[in-house]
Amino acid sequence: MADPIQPPAAPGGRRVRIGCGAGFSNDRIDPARDLAERGGLDFLFFECLAERTLANAHALRAADPKAGYDPWLRKRMEAVLRPCREAGTRVVSNMGSANPAAAGEAVAEVARALGLQGLRVAVVEGDDVSALMTPDLELMDGEGRLAEVPLRMTGANAYLGHEPIARALAEGAEVVITGRCADPSLAVGPLAHAFGWAADDWARLGAGTLVGHLLECSTQVTGGYYADPGRKDVPGLAFLGFPFAEVAEDGSAVIGKLDGTGGMISRGTVLEQMLYEVHDPAAYLTPDVTADFSGAQLTEAGRDRVAISGGSGRARPETLKVTIGFDGGFLSEGEISYAGPNALARAKLAGEVIETRMREVHGHQGPIRADLIGLSALHGSARDPEAPPPYEPAEVRLRMALRTHDRDLAEALPREVEGAWLSGPAGGGGARGRVTPAVATRSALLPRELARPSIRMIVA
Amino acid sequence: MRVRLHQVASARAGDKGDVSSIALFCDDAAVFEAARAQVPPERLTEAFPRLFRGPVRRYEIPHLHVLNYVIERGLEGGVNASLNLDAHGKSFSFLLLELEIDLPRHPETN
Repeated sequence: MADPIQPPAAPGGRRVRIGCGAGFSNDRIDPARDLAERGGLDFLFFECLAERTLANAHALRAADPKAGYDPWLRKRMEAVLRPCREAGTRVVSNMGSANPAAAGEAVAEVARALGLQGLRVAVVEGDDVSALMTPDLELMDGEGRLAEVPLRMTGANAYLGHEPIARALAEGAEVVITGRCADPSLAVGPLAHAFGWAADDWARLGAGTLVGHLLECSTQVTGGYYADPGRKDVPGLAFLGFPFAEVAEDGSAVIGKLDGTGGMISRGTVLEQMLYEVHDPAAYLTPDVTADFSGAQLTEAGRDRVAISGGSGRARPETLKVTIGFDGGFLSEGEISYAGPNALARAKLAGEVIETRMREVHGHQGPIRADLIGLSALHGSARDPEAPPPYEPAEVRLRMALRTHDRDLAEALPREVEGAWLSGPAGGGGARGRVTPAVATRSALLPRELARPSIRMIVA
Repeated sequence: MRVRLHQVASARAGDKGDVSSIALFCDDAAVFEAARAQVPPERLTEAFPRLFRGPVRRYEIPHLHVLNYVIERGLEGGVNASLNLDAHGKSFSFLLLELEIDLPRHPETN
């Protein structure tokens, strides 16, 4: 077994190879296995925790104290733990979600079942700050105080930074499982550990944050979310490789993917991802640093390789961002299609009938949305509702949607849409509907010192 | 000549709460300068006033030919409140790309 306190792993100019094995909870698993087997990586991280995902996980944990972590945790670990251990690749993930302790035990169980006895799994806790949420807490975005939110709170989590991850790795963890932490910190933690970056080395932490930001959405830097046939073609979308970075001690890096995988890494794919979900590129706030991407230089450095330098940063924010989850009731949706002559008029009539019944028979008082898919759905709100349709569609799919906290009302909408088979305009077909439990979230800022991250080691 | 942005640029949309951020990646410096002059932040709220309620801020990275539009109240309440089929606004990048600008020359001769 490794010495529990390990020295920095990359003295003297060695580059660190870090890969991304997931960019969201339902991401593909086969490319992560490929990276684990052929990547020659020092670290492999998995980013699986959206705001909504975590709010749902709190509800699962409330129902079962052993639940509330990522549903794909075991499958992912079964796919990568053995090749990672053989290659000396250490794994970091926020798949702990609302229950990092149970997730850590699950990883240890998988390791034992794979014959990987002795695997050291660190659990990072302390992001759950539900107990610190007082009624007079001021919310961000002018939302007033917590007590003014007329919804049932399910949990509150602070975005932790890279430090507990780096510390867990220094204590010899081969797998680090966290709950809520900032996405790029999943990469900054390993890099800071490997290079011995100080927690106030803003330039390096900013550069490392840029690397983490580029990798954290997996295929969004290797050709995913990019293709636009005829203008921006991407080869092999069905078998996109997941990305890795070869990082130097100063935080500059080369972004790459494995030979033989689909997709591409170009100046364009890297640049588009650099701005993804970024507001001010000179002030990207994380718990680790105020990162500055505005001076970045991108240079193509061979086939599917882009060198990135010039990421930097300034002092980190004094506060931590907290996401507070609430029971958001239900999203209720129903769809039915019309085709052939006069399809558009029949679909519109169906929508009017269904809205009338939802209001007058079922008593719904909030907004109801009627989309004409193919004509005015995704961009429908951007258009003038009185303008004539740009073309007469051969087929159109009506989608009705509403939100409510009343389960009976939620279940009435898909039934009313299905009712249009018999009672609606002529020729309606393909009715489908679903009721989805919804969450609501608000944000707040918490003094940094109030969140107290802790690390617990589990040995398989 | 008048061109759609889709012919000379690409875009990627992201979401945070009720804020839509859409980055515009111009094919070259001439497109960047034309878009910088002709697509000020308020053009988005003027073009799509019912969807993008604003205000809109714009950040620039001139050496990379990037304009980044950050649209407050741009997601119909955000992913947890919107009734839009595309509650993340992933497709809103293509609203920006349908806007037109005047280029001093044909893009293929640049």
